[in-house]
Amino acid sequence: MSMTAETGKAVDFTDTEKAIINRLQHGLPLTRYPYRDVAEELGITENALLDYLQALLASGILTRFGPMFHAGEMGGGLTLAAMRIPEREFDAVAHTVNQFPEVAHNYRREHNLNMWFVLATETPEGIADTIHRIEASTGYPVYNMPKEQEFHVHLHFPV
Amino acid sequence: MSTSTSRSELTLTDTDRQLIVATQSGLPLVPDPWGELARQLGITADEVLERFQRMQQAGVIRRVAAVPDHYKLGYRFNGMTVWDIRDDAIVAMGERVGELPFVSHCYQRPRHLPYWSYNLFAMVHGTSREEVEEKAGRIREQLGDTCRGQTILYSSAILKKTGLRLAKQKDTP
Repeated sequence: MSMTAETGKAVDFTDTEKAIINRLQHGLPLTRYPYRDVAEELGITENALLDYLQALLASGILTRFGPMFHAGEMGGGLTLAAMRIPEREFDAVAHTVNQFPEVAHNYRREHNLNMWFVLATETPEGIADTIHRIEASTGYPVYNMPKEQEFHVHLHFPV
Repeated sequence: MSTSTSRSELTLTDTDRQLIVATQSGLPLVPDPWGELARQLGITADEVLERFQRMQQAGVIRRVAAVPDHYKLGYRFNGMTVWDIRDDAIVAMGERVGELPFVSHCYQRPRHLPYWSYNLFAMVHGTSREEVEEKAGRIREQLGDTCRGQTILYSSAILKKTGLRLAKQKDTP
């Protein structure tokens, strides 16, 4: 069962939509005509698959469809960082932080450390530099929490 | 499962980087996506496909996939469970927690005392707070007396989500 974040009301995905969302989270096969192959697997036409994908992206159910890059393997820098921002300044600081192109994701979380974001930079050294610039432009310290060890990554949300 | 695995080394060429830049907002939604990219770069579709295969094999690309807004799929409760684990037990506990099927990411990260004492992060998603708490309870069962403290940080808003971006130009040796 699925619900919208705003209302908690059930969203009705069709069986085809569910099948597409589930199948494509696992990854497109890197074949010469990958959409045709997936469509065949799902028992729909290639055009239908492409139309559904367009619609799922347009409605924001999918935020993206494409290669998921591993910044560390590209020779860049990647880290998770957190800040403690007073409530009355939260929106303004979030706006400032989000302006940085190095900020890939930013989440508000319920904790003293209430802003958590992922930084991705072209070079490993770019992380420290970006952190300094965020601290300078917001006036608040940034707590850097790079991964020291990765035990598991597998993101999959069945619907 | 620790993933400090030795992958085959891959040096990204200018063409690889052009492909990354051309697809970071998404893969073309046309029957021949490799051909479409090939036209943009002035190379063949087979070469585009081979480069994607190589980059995926080398781990530069995890996979070519759909990234859902998990809130819109009903996974409203995204709980970052964090644990203060004795340093001598961190690897064993990390591997144990990482194997749990409902944990999507599991990392060791540094403490920042006095504000932050947690060194193990395990991301758990659920359709209710109860579901996340039940899963956190199952993580707790694995940890025994190696765990000195824990909390769950729920996200209450996505402030930004663009994915990783590469600048258009970079000097490649």
